[in-house]
Amino acid sequence: MAADMGGSYGSTLRYKSVERMKPFGKHSLLGASGEISDFQEILHYLDELILYDNMWDDGNSLGPKEVHNYLTRVMYNRRNKFNPLWNSLVLGGVKNGNKYLGTVSMIGVNFEDNHVATGFGNHLARPILRQEWHENLSFEDGVKLLEKCMHVLLYRDRSAVNKLQIAKITKEGVTIHQPYSLKTYWEVSAFENPAQGAIGSW
Amino acid sequence: MFRNQYDTDVTTWSPAGRLFQVEYAMEAVKQGSAAIGLRSKTHVVLGCVNKANSELSSHQKKIFKVDDHIGVAIAGLTADGRVLSRYMRNECINYSFTYDSPLPVGRLVVQLADKAQVCTQRSWKRPYGVGLLVAGLDESGAHLYYNCPSGNYFEYQAFAIGSRSQAAKTYLERRFESFRDTTRDDLVKDALMAIRETLQGETLKSSVCTVAVVGVGEPFHVLDQGTVQQMIDAFEIVAEQEGPAAEPDVDSGQEASAEPEPEQGAAAGEGVAPMDI
Repeated sequence: MAADMGGSYGSTLRYKSVERMKPFGKHSLLGASGEISDFQEILHYLDELILYDNMWDDGNSLGPKEVHNYLTRVMYNRRNKFNPLWNSLVLGGVKNGNKYLGTVSMIGVNFEDNHVATGFGNHLARPILRQEWHENLSFEDGVKLLEKCMHVLLYRDRSAVNKLQIAKITKEGVTIHQPYSLKTYWEVSAFENPAQGAIGSW
Repeated sequence: MFRNQYDTDVTTWSPAGRLFQVEYAMEAVKQGSAAIGLRSKTHVVLGCVNKANSELSSHQKKIFKVDDHIGVAIAGLTADGRVLSRYMRNECINYSFTYDSPLPVGRLVVQLADKAQVCTQRSWKRPYGVGLLVAGLDESGAHLYYNCPSGNYFEYQAFAIGSRSQAAKTYLERRFESFRDTTRDDLVKDALMAIRETLQGETLKSSVCTVAVVGVGEPFHVLDQGTVQQMIDAFEIVAEQEGPAAEPDVDSGQEASAEPEPEQGAAAGEGVAPMDI
């Protein structure tokens, strides 16, 4: 999973080190876009859920599929009360060797797929993924593919910041890598001497 | 003598530290008709004796499906059992809806036990007068639990409750070590034999018993009468070949008299002896 570290305040790119992906439980990772405070509230609900699950101490545990369904119920319920949690969530995990990737939106739309995205990612990244994703991607190739998508988003989505993190979930557990930046190229000839073609003051 | 002084309500302790009302509730379980359960690594079988009140009436339903992966057999006040089954079904449905996953049987059993415990600590309630044998599957395999009116629960490899359950328990105690790795069909046969023990000499027929199975890849279901009767006939025939049973209606009964072991022949001549296979 990949996410940049930007937290906007309206149209201001205010916070530039926000971790928008968090692990929870033994098997899963949750990434969110949208309202950060609502994301933190969701993490609080999930911590409680996982805590009670662990307290049973009986060899059963909630896997990513179960948590995804739980979140769907929460999001849909809030939408029905006209008080949504303003997030789009991506949930991934591996349990007993089974991989799971799903998404829930703020209105409770949920589905599983081989690749999912939130916001502009649906318009810019998913077409790339549809072309280039395949079952047997290695981790390195997967990261390259995600970076390709993040590049496009960085250039074209005005709320993107150039500082991103990659998260990896395997049966061993969840690791979130250190943040890094993508190399961008701005030496396009159209950007050289931008005032050249301007006639008059406007 | 003291029993009567401290047994009026459930919230009164006796000087010996007992709650008599709870004990009386467990007595109600002992008076109900027998129910047995046994499990292997992958399957659990529940069986019960069904006695109709009269020839005109149907017999009471004592085995309930709670979910595809959980079923329960009851002994005692069947009305209380029905109510608790409804609670269990509700819990399973709610969990499935929220998590898209079956409720682990161990967790359901604890919820049931906590519900029963509440009734032992409120002056305006009475304990449930029913014992439940809960059979189910979860991530760690097949399980069989017994839930008491006292709010206690125990996990078992095999167990029997209700009247004349001691005979079944004795049979199960002799055989339980083999259950873990046995096949599903052998497990059902063992259940039928355990039921037969509680009948104390009466003929085992599919009309007096009910058997249900749940297992890995096999959702909980009650076996139909025909299948049960076939299984009974199958092992009765085996019994015939080893030593004649007094079953006049087993028509493939062979040379019952031409027995190589005369002692068995003599003993069986007096009536059905429990099969010591």
